[in-house]
Amino acid sequence: MKDKYVYALLWASTIVTAMILIFILGFVVLKGSSALSVEFLIDIPRRGGEAGGIFPAILGTFYLVIIALVVAVPLGVGGALYLVEFQKENIITKIIRFGADTLNAIPSIIFGLFGFAFLVYYLKLGVCILSGGVTLAFMVLPTILRTSEEALRAVPGWDKEGSYALGATKLQTIKNIVLPQSLSGIITGIVLSIGRAAGETAPIIFTAAILNPVLPESVFDPTMSLPSHLYTLVSESTPEKLVNAYGTALVLIILVLITTYSAMLFRKYFTRHVRR
Amino acid sequence: MKTEKIVEKILLIFALSATLVIFLIIIFLFKEGLPILKKEGLGFILGKIWNPGKEIYGALTFIVGSLSVTFLALLIAVPLGVSCALFLAEIAPKRAESLFRPVIELLAGIPSVVYGMFGLIVIVRFIKVSFDVPTGETVLACSIVLAVMILPIIISVSEDAIKSVPRIYKEGSFALGATHWQTMKRVILPTASSGITASIILAMGRAIGETMAVVLVLGNVEMIPKSLLNPAEALTSVILLEMGEAPVGGTHYQALFAVGIILFIIVMILNIISMKIGVRKK
Amino acid sequence: MFYEDKIYICLRFNKNGDKKMKKEIIGISICMLFLMGCISEGNKTQTLSLAGSTTVEPIASRVAEVYMEKHPDAKVTIQGGGSGTGIKMVGEGTADIGNASRKIKDKEKDLYPDLVGTIIAYDGIAVVVHPLNSVENLTKQQLQDIYAGKIRNWKELGGEDMEIVVITRAEGSGTRDTFIELVMNKGKIEETSSVLQKPSNGAVKATVAGNENAIGYIGLGYVDSSVKSIKIDDVTPSSATVKGGTYPISRALYMYTKGTPSGLAKDFIDFILSSEGQNIVEEIGFIRID
Repeated sequence: MKDKYVYALLWASTIVTAMILIFILGFVVLKGSSALSVEFLIDIPRRGGEAGGIFPAILGTFYLVIIALVVAVPLGVGGALYLVEFQKENIITKIIRFGADTLNAIPSIIFGLFGFAFLVYYLKLGVCILSGGVTLAFMVLPTILRTSEEALRAVPGWDKEGSYALGATKLQTIKNIVLPQSLSGIITGIVLSIGRAAGETAPIIFTAAILNPVLPESVFDPTMSLPSHLYTLVSESTPEKLVNAYGTALVLIILVLITTYSAMLFRKYFTRHVRR
Repeated sequence: MKTEKIVEKILLIFALSATLVIFLIIIFLFKEGLPILKKEGLGFILGKIWNPGKEIYGALTFIVGSLSVTFLALLIAVPLGVSCALFLAEIAPKRAESLFRPVIELLAGIPSVVYGMFGLIVIVRFIKVSFDVPTGETVLACSIVLAVMILPIIISVSEDAIKSVPRIYKEGSFALGATHWQTMKRVILPTASSGITASIILAMGRAIGETMAVVLVLGNVEMIPKSLLNPAEALTSVILLEMGEAPVGGTHYQALFAVGIILFIIVMILNIISMKIGVRKK
Repeated sequence: MFYEDKIYICLRFNKNGDKKMKKEIIGISICMLFLMGCISEGNKTQTLSLAGSTTVEPIASRVAEVYMEKHPDAKVTIQGGGSGTGIKMVGEGTADIGNASRKIKDKEKDLYPDLVGTIIAYDGIAVVVHPLNSVENLTKQQLQDIYAGKIRNWKELGGEDMEIVVITRAEGSGTRDTFIELVMNKGKIEETSSVLQKPSNGAVKATVAGNENAIGYIGLGYVDSSVKSIKIDDVTPSSATVKGGTYPISRALYMYTKGTPSGLAKDFIDFILSSEGQNIVEEIGFIRID
């Protein structure tokens, strides 16, 4: 086959893929922008989501993500620190990696099932932000662990050796040299996890979500959330609810756009210096 | 030194947390689901009838449902995805490549409910109208949505595999007078095939595990689909839809956990296969 | 697995981190403080949690809204999940009130023997089709045959030549259980036919409203102009016919509590049973019990 035909085909595939994205984004933006207004973001849903806004859902998602990060970031970054700074490659590191990789592959509904059985019932936490947030934390933990590990490994050896040579202890070296230099990579992973945690429905639908717009007052309260609210609106789509559904989807998409774009920015900003 | 030792121990526990969670998940899944599997035996996997009211649990319908949409989705996404990967790795000008990268990342980042919404409103309607079927909630609709969702995985991992082909191979092929396409066909793709296969396995895992988009678009019919234009139900959907009802500890509850076990095992097998094929290039 | 690889590819471009990013640390700290503020904030409010039937949910929601206006120190939360969920949760103690659109089953009574149900409203189950569907009336037998898969085309009922798309609720729905009991005579429903499951009344209604071939059943209170309700045995579903007992598919809506209602739960249920509460019930489209 002639090269130019192949080229055309490959160009076409790529353009088709790009078109798909543009179509989906455009669809949501176009339909959703009519719903988007300041009231929409500040008001609570009324009449079962046909009118009013989505503030409780936004707040709920915010809290859920915070809890998820509070749990997952120390575990993930700490774990990565251990892998890079404290342990040589051996059976323990293999176990750690295996756990993280396996956890990464688990479907979101299994997380939901597990969160329900373990957090809601076994630990008797009930349906609340804590249950939902911790379930989400388990979901994003592998990502944070892997990203942090990569970022930590990228710190050049001679920087650390220099620090030791000056008499610093391991902890001091970590605090002053390793962490600051790898922070951008770690942040990238965290930012991407935010996007993922905010958008997942299955893990929180049994562990944190309620239907009526009551604002949570503590981590032991349940809450609305953007993805579960969107699911409700979509499956019950009357024309009025559909408009709000688009609005909710738009808010989620904007969130994804922000997190994806910021992650890319972080990466670019710190690629200036390339050391071999 | 003492603080260092304490910190080290703490960090070790943190590092093992993921593994610990996996064990907990396995324990809870199997604690609840295994009794039913033992009781029904092979009938659970091969039985077609799922009737919690009469306590008959056969998950074959859902297994077929999940597998059929996954395979069809791969059929759509793999050619498209590998083509894009080839494009990015081999013939894209620098500008196009940097323009396209955000496209993949965005596609990957869109939440599954949004895909479900789009699928229900656009694709389901489209299929109902174009094919004149009673309902557009079909295997075809679900596969299309899943295909879009797994495209980013296939593209990025395949691209990585293709880019890892040593330049020497390419240059050698050109030196022998081969065209670009011949080089792609005979040298690059075969060399990258393990990576591409790995991307397919990863994509499979993602598709089988997808819940929200599937439950909105597949129709949730407890019947094995006879054609692409029939509705069906997936393993993930049955868990989502029926989990709320089952009394904790009752047989229905256990059966749903058993479905979870099946899902878990399928995904684990795929995961292990992909790891063996060597996704990690380090 | 995808994220691992995506990150891997991303980070190939990030060979090095450079400056200290104090800003990030400050940002995270602010979030933490916010979080702690959230945890410690909040006056001592009484919470009441309801869960269960999506049929009862609109009643519960609206009543909760009014109730919370009258009692600012009370907080009422409502979850869905279906009648089965509601009964399970109140039985397990994870909810204060379980909403159910059916009576408790024997199996559930064995598991949770101390549950007490209070009837808060009556409801009919309306069978609905798309507004453009020409069929006006069905006998109970025809309805049963449709859901058992024996009648598959609208033309067999005097309508257009279209395949019937049958919509039902997922397992655990009280509406579904009542339908099976009253219409299917506990017989087999959807194992033999191709029947789409939807998670709530609203979802069934939306599906029927959007599909000319579809038929479904929803709580009477959900019927609006987007769907057309069918006469069953020549009886139109309405408050009058449900109350009068002539409409064949009617039921009571329950709120279950552990033991007789007490405390905040009692207050809430009493409010629903009061004339003001029952006005709300009627307003939403259900049938009052007085």
